[in-house]
Amino acid sequence: MLRVFIADDEAPARGRLRELLEDIQAEIPTQVVGEARNGIETVERVPASGAEILLLDIEMPGMHGLEVARHLGRLPEGPAVIFVTAHDRHAVEAFELNALDYLLKPVRAARLEAALKRAEATGPPSGQTLESAADQLREADGRGRTHFSLAERNRIVLVPVSEVVYLKAEQKYVTLRTREREHLIDESLISLEREFGERFVRIHRNCIVARDAVRAFERAPAAEDEEAHWLVVLDGIEERLPVSRRQWAAVRAIIAQP
Amino acid sequence: MASINQNALSNALPDFRNLGVIARVLVGVNLLAFGAVLAAAAGWDDLLDRLMRAAAFIEPILLASVLVLVVLSPLLTRLRFGAGAGVVLVLVTGITALAMLGVARVYGVPLGDELPQALLLAAIATAVLLGYLRLLTKAYSPALAEARLQVLQARIRPHFLFNSLNAVLSLIRRDPVRAERALEDLADLFRMLMSDARQFVHLADEIALLERYASIEQLRLGERLRIVWELDAAPSDAILPPLVLQPLLENAVYHGVEPSTEPGEVVVRIAQRGSRLHVHIENPYAERHAHHAGNRMAIDNIRERLMLFFDAEARLAARIEGNRYIAEVEMPYRPAPKPRRGAQGG
Repeated sequence: MLRVFIADDEAPARGRLRELLEDIQAEIPTQVVGEARNGIETVERVPASGAEILLLDIEMPGMHGLEVARHLGRLPEGPAVIFVTAHDRHAVEAFELNALDYLLKPVRAARLEAALKRAEATGPPSGQTLESAADQLREADGRGRTHFSLAERNRIVLVPVSEVVYLKAEQKYVTLRTREREHLIDESLISLEREFGERFVRIHRNCIVARDAVRAFERAPAAEDEEAHWLVVLDGIEERLPVSRRQWAAVRAIIAQP
Repeated sequence: MASINQNALSNALPDFRNLGVIARVLVGVNLLAFGAVLAAAAGWDDLLDRLMRAAAFIEPILLASVLVLVVLSPLLTRLRFGAGAGVVLVLVTGITALAMLGVARVYGVPLGDELPQALLLAAIATAVLLGYLRLLTKAYSPALAEARLQVLQARIRPHFLFNSLNAVLSLIRRDPVRAERALEDLADLFRMLMSDARQFVHLADEIALLERYASIEQLRLGERLRIVWELDAAPSDAILPPLVLQPLLENAVYHGVEPSTEPGEVVVRIAQRGSRLHVHIENPYAERHAHHAGNRMAIDNIRERLMLFFDAEARLAARIEGNRYIAEVEMPYRPAPKPRRGAQGG
């Protein structure tokens, strides 16, 4: 019995997939272990469902399917993913180029069967493949990630990009700071800066801060052996972060713009 | 046959009764004359002198020619362009010849080279203006407008088509009756989308179409979509361009309801106010969901279509008010001219 999870925002579409799975029971026995109606629900429910295969509609409210797959990719034993779309030209191109499996709505039983068998054989997609598909999609239609994610035991913690105050590189990890707390995420600051360059501004070699969160600048008291420098005051947190001399002009210019 | 000819590229002379055409002829001839005089003049004093003489010679002939063309226009527009242009040429040179001979006779001045020169000038001016007006007609021809309409119309959202088909498929076993109704609704909707986009439609039919569309969306989205219809003040005898209302409602659902995890309310209000027809469609708006580009294209598309039908008399405005997106259309209220034809008549 293959454990399948169905994610689609339209009830009739979920019903249709259940019906088709029922029709091909003889060829490939499956069991539906869970359903979700939007992207965030999918990320929340899939880990505990024990699903081996995720049938994932990509045009769901809240979060694009490709992003859902990326977050679930952090699970140690995540599901294989079969994307489903009615018509998303850009996503289909990204899938094709990265050899990700997808089905077109309305889905045919024979196609579904073939895709399930392939997915069972190949297992979950690699994080790299998903990332490169996501990069492509972002370039094509400008839709980027809405959340950061980290795996915590057998669940995924989502942090909305809009809540992040700063991202700071520390050795192997990046510290992600929200007003409430800190998380460690396993990504590189350089690629994060590239992905979210519009929202964040680099203030230091190892730190980017949310433009919206910058409140003011303070003069740091000069130490014996170095020149005085500026500190940035951020909305909602006590901590002050140093602005490097190299970045100072650029940071000030950006903040000066209304 | 007649109706096809009406829509083909107009192959007739311009209508000389049209004020725009008359103005273009008057300005055009005077510009040509001014150019000719300027080229021949030997200085500013000479220019003024020559201009006066040219005006005294040209204006009466020009006005007489325009007058004759206006009077004969109903007959001229029946001719094909080539034949019509020949007739106009003969008329104008004829008038010129008559005028010159008349003046020569009255004042007893002998005519020498002036006559053939004047005739040639009149012929050239006429040919140039006819060519110019021909270009104008082509640029604004109804055939071009039609081609644009067809292109605009072809932008049916595939997203909607495939998701609807999928929803219908899911119904076939569980609720065959509802599946049948949904397919009928889809058929009506697509018949409309593929029908002649140049003909006005009745508001009552357009509203029925909106309701068919809404019932398909309702099937897919269930309780996520709530539509409030405010149609009590809608004049059902009004006519309007096809496919103005449906794309606006589709927009409201696609941008306002589908991207949200929460249920959304769409308001459709259609009312007559004096001699204007007002349409107001509003939906929830959340900035983070907005796919701006697609929406702007749909709005531009509808605006362009309104332009083609009403020129400056129609207006489409979209705005954001708090967390609501509001699209408003205003167009002249035009009651249907004749008793309605049967549904199969078209």
